[in-house]
Amino acid sequence: MSLETLRPSPAFKDVLPVEYKDLVDHGPYNNRNGKDSQSVKVTDMGKFKEVIEEHPMCAGCAMTLFIRLVYIGMPNPEHSIVVGTAGCGRLAISQASVPFVYGNYGDTNAVASGLKRGLEVRFPNQKKDVVVMAGDGGLIDIGFQGLMHSWFRHEKFTTIMLDNEVYGNTGGQESGMTNQGKVLKMAPRGKFGEKIDAMGLAKVAGVDYIARLAPTNPARVARTVRRAIMVAREVGSSFIQAYTSCNIEYSIPTPDVMKDAFEIEKERYGFEEIISPAAKEYLDDVEKKAKKKKSDK
Amino acid sequence: MANVVGSSVCRTAVDEGKPADWVPGGEKQTVVDPMKMFHELPREKQFITGSEAARESMRRANIDIAIAYPITPQSESMQQAGYLYDEGYIKEYYRAEEEIGTFSAISGASRAGVRSLTATSGPGLMRGLEAVSSWPGARTPIIMLNMCRVINTPLAIQPDNIEMSFLLNTGILMLHAENQQDFYDYPLAAIMASEQVDVTLPAVVSTDGFFVTHARGPVSITPEEYKLPPRDGWRSAVPAMDNENPPARLSRDAPIQKSNFISYHMHSSWQQEVFAAVERSAKYFRAYLGGLVEVVNPGAEDFIIASGCAVSQAREAVRQEGEKGRTVGLVKIKTIRPFPTEEIFEAVKGAKRILVPEFNQAGWLHKEVCSVLYGRTTGVIKNGPRVYGGMTMPTEMILEWLADFRKEVK
Repeated sequence: MSLETLRPSPAFKDVLPVEYKDLVDHGPYNNRNGKDSQSVKVTDMGKFKEVIEEHPMCAGCAMTLFIRLVYIGMPNPEHSIVVGTAGCGRLAISQASVPFVYGNYGDTNAVASGLKRGLEVRFPNQKKDVVVMAGDGGLIDIGFQGLMHSWFRHEKFTTIMLDNEVYGNTGGQESGMTNQGKVLKMAPRGKFGEKIDAMGLAKVAGVDYIARLAPTNPARVARTVRRAIMVAREVGSSFIQAYTSCNIEYSIPTPDVMKDAFEIEKERYGFEEIISPAAKEYLDDVEKKAKKKKSDK
Repeated sequence: MANVVGSSVCRTAVDEGKPADWVPGGEKQTVVDPMKMFHELPREKQFITGSEAARESMRRANIDIAIAYPITPQSESMQQAGYLYDEGYIKEYYRAEEEIGTFSAISGASRAGVRSLTATSGPGLMRGLEAVSSWPGARTPIIMLNMCRVINTPLAIQPDNIEMSFLLNTGILMLHAENQQDFYDYPLAAIMASEQVDVTLPAVVSTDGFFVTHARGPVSITPEEYKLPPRDGWRSAVPAMDNENPPARLSRDAPIQKSNFISYHMHSSWQQEVFAAVERSAKYFRAYLGGLVEVVNPGAEDFIIASGCAVSQAREAVRQEGEKGRTVGLVKIKTIRPFPTEEIFEAVKGAKRILVPEFNQAGWLHKEVCSVLYGRTTGVIKNGPRVYGGMTMPTEMILEWLADFRKEVK
């Protein structure tokens, strides 16, 4: 929530929810104070109040780590709204201190289109960041049409695909992002088609910032999320495709989840950014400014 | 240069091909109290189509955002919305990919706390029904104009209002416009009622396609320099999704689907509240529309209960019967949800014979009428007459049914 619109009188501070006070005093809500970018650092995880702390996700879930990092990377969480859908991710996302629109399955990018435009009408002087965070099935299968059209319209919000390469929440059915040949529920003879090239589709649709990564480098995840949101704020659509393995359906032993992430990253999920010239110019500008401020100090 | 609209692509007047000193039409209008607009402002009579009446209604409705997909016969109305956007009466507008996308996007817009409008027709409504049926539970005030059209196979584009039956139990406010005049008045009333704090629900104004949308009729309209007050995103039964509300850990759309008794209780009380809000809207419609029903010839022994176009046909039947010295009563139902249970009962409690003419095969209005009069009146309720699949309902048909009815029930 806005620190501008909500300015509690010091006398009433005591009665505000502890959550809110902690987020302002010891978390990412206030550390933007006078700065271009927030200063909570991934390397300080555990030392500050996070936007998301409790969740009912499976033990060892890589998606949970990734979602925590997304919230740390948000440049302005107190003016952000997350749009999600049915799937594993929303179990954690709905526990965050950022409003969460939980729509019908596959409607995320349409809802976000209307929400973002509505917020721009209502708050012409305050940028509100809209972030879609949904699973591979929710975006590339049932949400495909809305996803593609939001990109073709260059809607100014970020789409983050939590790609666990399976319908985890419904019990392990293959999705469009499952690799060819993989035997899963509803693919008893192995997945028929190839893993859909979501990044290629984003490129064709003219998405301004496209990134693929695995949660192996926490600082890189936070930086990528920040870049994607900043581009969506000022330039156009942005898309992050993140490998967030399902250790249950893919039978990855809990202690080996990160080992799997490193292996898959090396094998086929390497970090990649595709940035349009306009987005590059903008990012160079804001990142240079941030660096200059640092060196000035 | 200032951003002329809050568009997500940040357009300026010049980007949009307008002169730099362009003033959006909406900014030249003056906000007026809704009751004054509905009942006091002078009106000028125009001879226009239903779609044009909808356009004039939208012009005065202070719409922030309009999103729709073209479908016959609604497309003309949303083209009209496009012209209003171009003139600056609507702040944001786009043609969406299809109806699931349309109705999801408009729910996103409403969640932002702005006045949101869409329009559709039979098959389009069916395509987007999952999204539409989720609007009331999300407590999103939205205005939808619905131009009824056949939905069944074989494909046809004729008027038939069976699609309204699919909305009856969703928790959406439903109005049924009889003619072009209603299609001008009802959307304005529906917007104001739907945005009341104790209502906070979407509203659908349906009319029978082609008969109303494409045909001209006399419409008395208020001066275009007056518009409704804007939607106030802060006044709502639930907070807008704008991240402007404490406390911090706030998820309005929290998933309530874990199987335990608390989740069942939460969901059932949420549903109860939605349907209670529908009932609470009645007081606003009574004020705005001068009642949920219009009653002609109260106290008659023969009564016709109808909504939409069937009312016009029934009016003519009532007039012709009057010429022959026979008094026939008529109840025009303006709001299908909230359903005017007590008003209908009061009007027909002394009637012997009740006809319910409809433009659909299922007879959903007949079932509604029976359900509220059962055990309360002694009058016989006739199951018809009905036309469907695009047929018109000649007045003679109603008169023949009346004549037969009188022989059947003395």
